[in-house]
Amino acid sequence: MIASLISFWENILVAVRALAQNKMRAILTTLGIIIGVLTVVSVAAIISGLNKGFASQIAALGSNTLFVHKYPWIIQDDFYKYRNRPDITMDDARYLIKHSKLAELIAPAAGTSRTIKQGNNSLTDIGIAGVTMEHEIIEGYTIAEGRYFTQTEIDRDKPSCVIGWEIREKLFKNLDPIGERIKIGDVSYRVIGVMEKRGSLLGSNLDSEVYVPLGTIFKNFGMHRSIRILVKVADPELIDETKDEIRFLMRVAHKLRPHEEDNFSINQQEMLTNMYKQLTGGLYTAAFGIGTLSLVVGGIGIMNIMLVSVAERRKEIGIRKALGAKRSVITFQFIIEAVIICSIGGIIAIFCSYLISLVIDKVTPFPSNVPVWSVFMGLGFSTFVGLFFGIYPARRAAKLDPIECLRYE
Amino acid sequence: MQQLIHLSNITKIYRIGAVEVAALRGVDLSIRANEYISIMGPSGSGKSTLMNIIGCLDTPTGGVYELENERVSEMDDNRLAEIRNRKIGFVFQTFNLLPRASALHNVELPLIYSGIHAARRKTIAEEVLGQVGLSDRKHHRPNELSGGQRQRVAIARALVNNPSLILADEPTGNLDSSTGKEIMAVFDELHRAGNTIILVTHEKEIAQHAERIVHILDGVIADDIQVNNS
Repeated sequence: MIASLISFWENILVAVRALAQNKMRAILTTLGIIIGVLTVVSVAAIISGLNKGFASQIAALGSNTLFVHKYPWIIQDDFYKYRNRPDITMDDARYLIKHSKLAELIAPAAGTSRTIKQGNNSLTDIGIAGVTMEHEIIEGYTIAEGRYFTQTEIDRDKPSCVIGWEIREKLFKNLDPIGERIKIGDVSYRVIGVMEKRGSLLGSNLDSEVYVPLGTIFKNFGMHRSIRILVKVADPELIDETKDEIRFLMRVAHKLRPHEEDNFSINQQEMLTNMYKQLTGGLYTAAFGIGTLSLVVGGIGIMNIMLVSVAERRKEIGIRKALGAKRSVITFQFIIEAVIICSIGGIIAIFCSYLISLVIDKVTPFPSNVPVWSVFMGLGFSTFVGLFFGIYPARRAAKLDPIECLRYE
Repeated sequence: MQQLIHLSNITKIYRIGAVEVAALRGVDLSIRANEYISIMGPSGSGKSTLMNIIGCLDTPTGGVYELENERVSEMDDNRLAEIRNRKIGFVFQTFNLLPRASALHNVELPLIYSGIHAARRKTIAEEVLGQVGLSDRKHHRPNELSGGQRQRVAIARALVNNPSLILADEPTGNLDSSTGKEIMAVFDELHRAGNTIILVTHEKEIAQHAERIVHILDGVIADDIQVNNS
């Protein structure tokens, strides 16, 4: 045991010394390993960053909210199939509000986009969201300045608005916006509040929106398009039951017969998460494919260079055997050498992926970080490749005849 | 005196393609502890084969080899490695030092393979290097040493595990005559200190250092003479 520990340590020293003699060769040899590990670890870093980004992107949707829409969020087949569906109307919303037992809150919503003006400043293509009292709770709005709508303002379609944080910055700068008037399209609205910074949802900037009472959307902007209905689930455990209930009620509201398909869609955050997981799953598979391929190619490179190394060092092997090195010791020496080359490759690769991840984090909008598991996996894989592809050359070295080796010059 | 080596009817047959070549055709030889013996013979006589068998680098095709009452001729590769490590000290014509390792590390090698830990190894190796007069050269690499110094390192390496037997194969073959004499003086000294030495050589002068000279010819012992050179 002690003897084997000693020879373990000695073998590491021997391997390091042998590699130090051929630094360039060792690095070139390990290139395949570097590329393999780099691919896997970098992709893991990018995806892990995307995960975080994605999670924060869809967080605004809320996991306990169902969205009744005309169209499904993810359309896998023909879009035209959905075009002939009837619009979702305020009548549908009222029907749901009246009959749903499992929903905590139900809020119809509609939106459009308009140019908004304040004095000489104007912003084009601003999202206008028609909201109700319930939205404040469902979407978790926080008001930074001023206040949210009152029930009266909503019921009476008052031309009041709550503006997004970024709009406040752009239109009012240092001025107090509360009580000021802005023009949405041609209609004048009074600013009653400013929303706290909300971030973005799947690329659309939530801070660059204007919120108005739902009814004013229909009244002022002539909305005859489909609305959407937000349903907050009372008990997260019962999300599926709630979904079934809403579906049933919608079918009744749309007077569908049993054999007819749904002509509306009930969307939820989970759908996006699932699609996203499929996407990143595909990315992972590709990365593992490329990674594995380069590791195998790299491994063969290692095996090749180890065979050369064994041939070059026949004399050394002969001397060591003559002095009493057993086969196992020689085998071990060369395996350790292969493992060390590969591990160095793995370490270089992980170092490079950190750099790549850092650059991605700094210069692209995607956050990126190297997950700890990928570091261990990268090191594990490279070590395993060294072990696996080192065995054959090492066994060949161990089997060499010491007499022949000593004769070799 | 105690019997160290006993060879009886040792044969070694090499197979080259379909042809069998007998390198040794039945060698009987006994060597006692603390003997100083030369094995002589022209090239192709089977002298190297005999040396390899005595050195446990090779096993005989037939016959029995006993080293300190152990049947070496039936041992497997691993046991042979152990025997080489503990009982045999090799000195080669071409020194066979590890070129990239210091003198000290070269001497430490056999101790590594017998599992002695680093601190103790260093002490022993330094002591033996001192015995061959190289205390001030221990951190030099072989290419920084003269031929004679290299051979001294090799001798120190052969001695470091306190072997039962020192096997020197043409130890002066690569040295000039005056350095050769110095090295032979070291062997003579080792013999006086109680070591058993087998000297394989084709030079008569070198062989004369031993007390006993065995001539090999065509794979058999041609003659076995005691010399009195004291």
